[in-house]
Amino acid sequence: MSKSAAPATARLAKGLGAASLGLGLGELLAPAKVAALAGLDHSDRSRPVIRVLGLRECAHAAALLFGPSRLVWTRVAGDALDLALLVGAHANSGPGRRRRGATSAVALAGIAAVDLYTALRATGSGGRHTNGSPHRSLRAAVTVRRSPEDVYRFWRELENLPSFMHHLQSVTQSGDRSHWVANVPIGRSIGWDAQITDDEPDKRIVWQSLSGSAVEHSGSVEFTPTVDALGTEVRVTMSYRLPGGALGKAAATAFGESPEQQVHDDLRRFKQIVETGQVMRSAGSPHGTAAYRQMHQQPAQPTSGEKEAKR
Amino acid sequence: MKATVWAGRNSVEVQSVPDPTIVNDRDAIVRITSTAICGSDLHIYDGYIPTVKHGDILGHEFMGEVVEVGKAVTNLAVGDRVVVPFPIACGACSACERDLFSLCENSNPNAGIAEKFMGHSPAGLFGYSHMLGGFAGGQAEYARVPFADIGPLKIEGDLSDEQVLFLSDILPTGYMGAEMCDIKPGDVVAVWGVGPVGLFSVLSAFLLGASKVIAIDRVPYRLELAAEKGAIPINFANTSVLEELSHLTGGRGPDHCIDAVGMEARNGSTVVDAYDRVKQAARLETERPHALREAAMSCRNGGTISIVGVYGGLMDKFPIGAVMNRSLTIKTGQCHVQRYMRPLLERIRNGDIDPTFLISHRLQLDDAPRGYEIFKHKQDNCTKVILNP
Repeated sequence: MSKSAAPATARLAKGLGAASLGLGLGELLAPAKVAALAGLDHSDRSRPVIRVLGLRECAHAAALLFGPSRLVWTRVAGDALDLALLVGAHANSGPGRRRRGATSAVALAGIAAVDLYTALRATGSGGRHTNGSPHRSLRAAVTVRRSPEDVYRFWRELENLPSFMHHLQSVTQSGDRSHWVANVPIGRSIGWDAQITDDEPDKRIVWQSLSGSAVEHSGSVEFTPTVDALGTEVRVTMSYRLPGGALGKAAATAFGESPEQQVHDDLRRFKQIVETGQVMRSAGSPHGTAAYRQMHQQPAQPTSGEKEAKR
Repeated sequence: MKATVWAGRNSVEVQSVPDPTIVNDRDAIVRITSTAICGSDLHIYDGYIPTVKHGDILGHEFMGEVVEVGKAVTNLAVGDRVVVPFPIACGACSACERDLFSLCENSNPNAGIAEKFMGHSPAGLFGYSHMLGGFAGGQAEYARVPFADIGPLKIEGDLSDEQVLFLSDILPTGYMGAEMCDIKPGDVVAVWGVGPVGLFSVLSAFLLGASKVIAIDRVPYRLELAAEKGAIPINFANTSVLEELSHLTGGRGPDHCIDAVGMEARNGSTVVDAYDRVKQAARLETERPHALREAAMSCRNGGTISIVGVYGGLMDKFPIGAVMNRSLTIKTGQCHVQRYMRPLLERIRNGDIDPTFLISHRLQLDDAPRGYEIFKHKQDNCTKVILNP
């Protein structure tokens, strides 16, 4: 999302707030007219319900006009409720009314779509990791009981990265350039070239994908000795542009491949390898630490044969 | 092989499952000769431990003979007799370096789940939920033991299985419960729950210098056993615990209170008991913390509350005001078993402790379902069930 998007989202949210105010006042002051318009019985029963809905609309209006844009989610929830009420009200009505009801439903769905769009925009631009830039950036940290020298040396040998970064197939180094190949969620792999742009032995490594790569990616890892000098604090920052943007991110998360979780898991495995020489596996998690597996555990009993333990 | 698996609330089955294999280089495979049902297994049996799945092999108190070792295991050989501690620990992370083995930072492959529930992850445990690793347990014919170069204690000489099996969990756990109290000569210690762990806390409190130990329970034969070991029994089913403790301690309250009950405590008052039962059943809290509440209310000003009973998640109505205003210290943790195995083995060898008094039932592995039932319902004066595969 571009930097100018946030004010646009705010304007959109305020507009929806004003619309809520109009509709809310209408529902409060002239419930009978609103009922007729929506194809509802002009009964004593519907009038108080519409008045309550009017009050709710006014609350949306107050929230959006005076609060942050992401409160537009309250409208999304309201839309869902309105649609449900409308469907309920028309379940036993005659064909004529039903047609007008269907028109109302289509209109409501359209409004809901606008609300949802605004809500997604508002959440996206206010999110913790995006900082209004086209790249997502994320960070994770772990403390390892090894000296910065050892930890740096293991990481600087870029060929080691796939042993703990499970989404990587391979990294091959030639000089200060390297070629990275990654698994993507649905089967295929994707490759790109990267360059180390800053390399301070035992302290820090910074890398960036070369321009024109399929994946725009940059990252840094910093090694700080712990106060007792027995260990190293490892801090990773990464930023990248995911193919498919927000939609790709949502799809990846649905597959248990949320990038945040991935980096945390990578560091956990990194610590395991550096400290114990292995990635810990159990019957429930035969591939070791991995977000996807954590959500889809096998029973804690041995599997037949070794195949499950190999990746 | 045959193994005891969880089959839903109040149900375990002995099923035929594949044999375990070496997965990591630091693994060993142990042919199990003796295993036991732990009070904490009953929390799983009752369905109160989150992230336990149908088909999970239970059991975390076991010992046996090494039948296979991974490439990186050099301290054990095929044929060695070992007792296996229930927390899995790598021996290399900063928690292990500080002897906090049940907090090993590398042994839980499902640390991500534990972090969601608890903020940070403790160690992986055998047969105790997926949140704590998804490891197959030891109520089976064989078990895979990860980090076999660190945990298992080799038993040499003529000590029987029954003498050393409880080094895997309940003896060190009961001992740690007393040790965390930092008992000074002359102190009074009260122990809530005199099941296996509580009884070992009673013994340990005396060993560590307590002048008086008070045992609180509602099962008469358990209270009798505690009394045989020198404790003053209080049956909370027919006595007001707070009143009785006050009387026994000249109004001060016990210097140290050990909670060896945990999340499924009972209360003498039917109304209070029902209140927490309903909330727990509706999953509005995971604990019924009656023992802990009483401990906090009765403990002497400036005293210690030591928790070794298992808690799973969230509880209600804990008198934190009593803890804060009366300078109480709470100490707790899953037992760091590896820290205690050797010294306690010595105490068994020299006769300070004879853990075999606890065993009431010796069953075949096939009888595990019956073992769970009689242990849960305290039938047949059941104090501890051992299974022999």
